[in-house]
Amino acid sequence: MVSAKRIFSDFKVFSRGYLRNKFGLFFGLIFPVILILIFGAIFSGGTSGKINVYAQDQDVGPFLSPQMDVASSFLTSLNNSGTIKVITVDTSKNFSQYLADHSSSDGIIIPSSFSANYLAGRQVNVIVYGNPTSSSSGIVSGTVNGIANYFNLNYFRGRYNDTTPAIIGIKSATVNTQQTKYIDFLIPGLIGFSILTSPMFSLVNISSEYKKTKLFKQLSLTPLTKMEWLTSKMMWYVVLTIAGFLLMVGVGIFAFNAHVALTIWLIPFLVLGPMLFAALGMLVGTVTKNPETAGVIGNIVTFPMMFLSGTFFPISSMPAYLQNFAHVLPLFYIIEGLNNVMVYSNLSGALIDIAVVAIITAVFFTLAVKLFKWRED
Amino acid sequence: MLTIEVTSLKKNYGNLKAVNDISFTVNKGEVFGLLGPNGAGKTTTIEIMEGLRERDGGDVKVLGLDPWKNGYELHKKIGVIPQEFTFFEKTTPREAIIYYADLFNIKVNPDEILREVLLEDSGKRNFDNLSGGQKQKTGLALSLVNSPELLFLDEPTTGLDPNARRAIWEVIRGLKAKGKTIILTTHYLDEAQQLSDKVAIMDHGKIVAMGTSEEIIQQHGSGERLEIHGSEKLADYIKVNTELQVNYDKAKEEIIIPLTKKIDALAALAAAEQSGMDWGQIQTLQDSLDDVFVKLVSEPMSEEEAIIEGKTKKKESR
Repeated sequence: MVSAKRIFSDFKVFSRGYLRNKFGLFFGLIFPVILILIFGAIFSGGTSGKINVYAQDQDVGPFLSPQMDVASSFLTSLNNSGTIKVITVDTSKNFSQYLADHSSSDGIIIPSSFSANYLAGRQVNVIVYGNPTSSSSGIVSGTVNGIANYFNLNYFRGRYNDTTPAIIGIKSATVNTQQTKYIDFLIPGLIGFSILTSPMFSLVNISSEYKKTKLFKQLSLTPLTKMEWLTSKMMWYVVLTIAGFLLMVGVGIFAFNAHVALTIWLIPFLVLGPMLFAALGMLVGTVTKNPETAGVIGNIVTFPMMFLSGTFFPISSMPAYLQNFAHVLPLFYIIEGLNNVMVYSNLSGALIDIAVVAIITAVFFTLAVKLFKWRED
Repeated sequence: MLTIEVTSLKKNYGNLKAVNDISFTVNKGEVFGLLGPNGAGKTTTIEIMEGLRERDGGDVKVLGLDPWKNGYELHKKIGVIPQEFTFFEKTTPREAIIYYADLFNIKVNPDEILREVLLEDSGKRNFDNLSGGQKQKTGLALSLVNSPELLFLDEPTTGLDPNARRAIWEVIRGLKAKGKTIILTTHYLDEAQQLSDKVAIMDHGKIVAMGTSEEIIQQHGSGERLEIHGSEKLADYIKVNTELQVNYDKAKEEIIIPLTKKIDALAALAAAEQSGMDWGQIQTLQDSLDDVFVKLVSEPMSEEEAIIEGKTKKKESR
């Protein structure tokens, strides 16, 4: 019954038409790459990872020897912490006014006689300016706290200007042997994004348009069956997804030095994913009356998935009820699976995701073919 | 041999009787014109014959097959241009022909088909860049790919300029000369008259007249009449002095005398001469298919209006 020749000739006509339409090509291939470039540039921007902090050192001495200037070595230690970058402010300036003028809420004041008090064992406070709503302020006060503790400890050990490491140190690391960067999480998310958007929007659009312009009726007058028609669309979006995948991974690796594992276990996601959303798009176009309604319903189905499935940020950063909601979104399992394969190398987790995606795809495909009518009664 | 046999066909959309008990037959090699205003039920009828719509009642046999039940089989043997034919935007007519040939699993020479529908020049332009006429010709070309013996053309020239219409007529005449059976719907009378062997006029889901255009004119036309340009006084004079039936069209200042015998014209003219009054141009006229159509078909109604009317009736009855 099903003819490979008919599927292939329909595939040929559709893919050629797609490639001739510059908008579709842009949206399907170039757009995800642009997203990678933009997000990659925003979050992987080299030294800009440090937070700028203004500091005013009011402890101007006099010091008997440079070693007695504890205030300066305190600021140097802060600067070497790796998380903040100290920008010194002249003592002649009004500090809080200076912060406001530079649109900054993070600042440190070392009071006068800081060094003398420290050396004499008298309590002295470092003033930390911050904005409680900003995450950078937490990092600044944490860092200052850490350095202050270190200096307190050294005082009791009687070593003021000590560079020997503390007994308990911290080495930063992430899961996996390689250091994982934001771009490594971003690539699976954006692959998921393009797996969702291209087939979904396209199939919602053509299935409702073809119904309106009676192109389906026309095709029903040929031996092409609706299952063959849908199959050829799915094939095209698998091809497009794989092309987009190679482009995105290529850009990620060459432009941002991303570390992602490329194994054959990616293939089930790159094949089933576009099939799933092509079938879902078809379903939306089929059950709605006209292209306008189809577009609205299509957006209602697509947009929550686009943002809540771990595309741009991990779902663990969302409140619990949204995380629960994410678990009913098909895209969640694709992105989770891609992360399991590409970032965590967690194969058993990926296999569960593959099984879930395969079942959802089978259900949507069957429903789409069943409900979709070539002709009217 | 009968190619199409339609008996007591019925189709309703809600309360609207779109096709209301119609019967007709089409012989092999005939061009059958379904004529009627918008919303008369032409497209519904043709789509039922093509197997695109299910009928509510009656019997339909096309090439010996039930179009709804045996649609898949039937579609291999017929060619169809639906109303307002459209195709994939970024596909050329030539590629479209090859695509259809692949689907039907047959070998064709695309250039030959393009030539047949007078589209050789535009075979390599994308569909969305074609003119209305060229698009329709693409539809014609596709309907010919599977060398069908029976063609359905649903308003193939609607919305086209006169030259494009004539070009399509040329193609249809060529197909007719090849012995194809053609079902044609149109709301252009000249088109039906020019192309069809047999015409059925539909109105409100019913066939109100059927036959060759001459037969329809004879059956439903008013026959020959004499028209004299002159005053109402002259009309009265002729009425009094002859035994003829005399009508007067005040707006046109035209005296109209239906002629049962040709010799009646002489009596009328003799009376006019006798009156001593002035009179202008004289002519004898016969009803055209146009006149008959206007007489038979009530106020034209657009398809949307028909549907809206059907719906409001539904609401009122609740």
